[in-house]
Amino acid sequence: MSPLRPLSRAVTAVLGVADIVLEPLQNRIGLRRMAYFFLLPNLLIFGIFILFPMLLNFYYGFTTGESILPQNREFVGTQNLAKLLDCQDFRNPNTCNEDRFWRAAGNTVVFVVVEVTLIVVFSLATALALNRKIIGRGFFRSVFFYPVLLSPVVVALIWKWLLQQDGLLNALIVSAGGQRQPFLIDSGWAQFWAIIVGVWAQMGFYTLILLAGLQSIPPDLYEAGEIDGANAWTSFRFITLPMLMPTMFVVLVLSLIRAVQIFDHVFVLTGGGPGTATLYLVQYIYTTAFQSRNYGLAAAASLLLALVLLVLTVTQLRLGRRAEAA
Amino acid sequence: MEKRHLFSLMLLVLLAVLAVGTVSAQGTVELRITWYNDGNEGDVLRDLLDRYEAENPGVKVVIDTIAYADLDKTLQPQVETGNAPDLARVTDVSRYKGYYLDMTPYLSDPEAWAAAWPAPIIEWMQSGPEDKGLYGFMTQATVTGPFINRTLFEQAGVDVPSDSSDQVTWQEWVDAAKQVADAVSAPDLKVYPVAIDRSGHRVWGPALNMGAVFFERDADGKPLMDEKGNVLFTADSPGFRSAAQMILDWHANGLTPVEVWAGAGGSYASARDFFTNGQLVLFMSGSWQIGAFANNIGDAFDWEAIPNPCGEAGCTGMPGGAALMAFKDSKNPEAAVRLMEWLSSAPVHKEFVERSLFLTYHVELAQSGVDYQTNVPGAKKSLDTFLGEIPKLSDDAWVLQTARNSFSLNIAIRERLTQAITGELTLDEAIQRIQQDVDDARASS
Repeated sequence: MSPLRPLSRAVTAVLGVADIVLEPLQNRIGLRRMAYFFLLPNLLIFGIFILFPMLLNFYYGFTTGESILPQNREFVGTQNLAKLLDCQDFRNPNTCNEDRFWRAAGNTVVFVVVEVTLIVVFSLATALALNRKIIGRGFFRSVFFYPVLLSPVVVALIWKWLLQQDGLLNALIVSAGGQRQPFLIDSGWAQFWAIIVGVWAQMGFYTLILLAGLQSIPPDLYEAGEIDGANAWTSFRFITLPMLMPTMFVVLVLSLIRAVQIFDHVFVLTGGGPGTATLYLVQYIYTTAFQSRNYGLAAAASLLLALVLLVLTVTQLRLGRRAEAA
Repeated sequence: MEKRHLFSLMLLVLLAVLAVGTVSAQGTVELRITWYNDGNEGDVLRDLLDRYEAENPGVKVVIDTIAYADLDKTLQPQVETGNAPDLARVTDVSRYKGYYLDMTPYLSDPEAWAAAWPAPIIEWMQSGPEDKGLYGFMTQATVTGPFINRTLFEQAGVDVPSDSSDQVTWQEWVDAAKQVADAVSAPDLKVYPVAIDRSGHRVWGPALNMGAVFFERDADGKPLMDEKGNVLFTADSPGFRSAAQMILDWHANGLTPVEVWAGAGGSYASARDFFTNGQLVLFMSGSWQIGAFANNIGDAFDWEAIPNPCGEAGCTGMPGGAALMAFKDSKNPEAAVRLMEWLSSAPVHKEFVERSLFLTYHVELAQSGVDYQTNVPGAKKSLDTFLGEIPKLSDDAWVLQTARNSFSLNIAIRERLTQAITGELTLDEAIQRIQQDVDDARASS
């Protein structure tokens, strides 16, 4: 007897029980509408855990008070949004009513631009290297992908042990006769490491995507280029890059959206400090809600962040469609 | 037929098991306590509760221990949605006013309960002057104050200032600590003269002693409040400026480890590890550190608490502590109050504080004294020192501690001073922002 037979019987029995309920239902509402019935569990989960909190957050953005219950909160219209946007010179947060929001916004812009650029450049370079027939290619592919498997909290803790004042890196510097460096307590250094750790942790994922893109380029094109006298650079410039552009675009959009939402590893690594040097928008929202207990202001800030993400997504869709049309 | 009999038998057994389970569940009252730990007090409580359960077979007490940082994030949704635990250990007592259980109808002797605790503690838990309810008790009293590493003083050959004077200023302490740090620091071991926890609460004491005025009083001597009961805090006063400037100077002159204030991001941070590692001469913190020091330092070096440094306005520390509060959502209020009575009774509470190395506000125990169960000389001496600080606590310190909106001043000072330390703001700008932050918090409360 096949070892799968009892399992098959069990599945048949379960389906038989399900039939008792589903068959009359199907007879009643018809075959086509049964699709909605099967979608219902997913829709319920989406509604309860995503849509409802989103709507609640939208409402909170227009209220004030310390209570978390909507009915106990006072409606104040656009007061929270006005407070966030009240600023004489956006480039100088000290002139803004909610200076920490604009510091966080400025930090986020710098973080997004630098981190996304580094991710795209390093991921592409790594993917190109790993696409060549080098010794230990499988091993290196695993090495670069490994950080992606780690939780951002674990990543941040590992780097914190390396970078803190009495960490491994400073121990090495001191043992080599140098002086301890304030890697996490100097504003410039902290911003630098927040970006580097982010790149290190995520690069493997984007490398993998680009690697798949590289492997989908037909080898005939390179052979044809070779016959036409193309060197390595011209092959890259006129074959690899254009063929890889759709994949690069995916990498750009994914890394951009993720960078705007940066929170987890920086929160553990620097806590947003020193001062507000690594305070990014999501952490601003978190601390405003759960430390300052200003849920209304935090919700309003998250609405503004959602707006930014919406603009980015729409831009991506339009550019994507344009690229497809071309 | 046989199969049908077997099925019937199994059904009967299942029903019987369920019935027994239901009876058992109905016969046992389960109480839940939300708790956090500073030291070993959770173990001590569990030990006491095991005894209580043995004496009261119908009661089972479950302790839900969570990290202090998550306490209010967990408790607030529970409380507001009507799912509060029976009891919870809280430090922000004002936050849950209106949700506490008035234990008066259930207490065997409400007057005795009220007499067992100082009036300011009872009033702290009440919603206002008209409220006469009894809602909980303090599991521990805390007082802020500094610790010193006496061994470092001895190694440096520097006299401990408090050995020869009852009233030592911050400047005198820092000068002495600097001499010690200079003398004992080595190339491979940097010793810092002074550090203070990254907390606005820790700054309040020194600031008050330097003459800070955090609120005005009305003709009756009560703090000015808005219609919601929030104290109208003021940030800018010469005393606060002096204290803030002192902390900025410590950072600018390399007297304190920068990572405590600048390296902690947006949360509370303690300099405890520096003190424990022997890298700190003077550490401004509070009595709750004693248990951890007794365990982690022991007698590795001589450490002790010293009286709060004085200024022209006094020598106060900040009071505080953790309260065990009963919540009115409790399904078993009578059983919850019985347990509260037992835990707060003099013999049980005495054992709790003696084993946890906590100070207590309990009136009877404060008079009769407690016999702390530690062989670490520094722990005993520190507990005595902090006990001596309690009568010196100023009225303003009590107002700051018990005001419903004091958290906003605490956080604003912590965050804005850090920005001044890292150069993002000047001290003037930091003080303006502190004022704005507390005003905004009051408006949105």
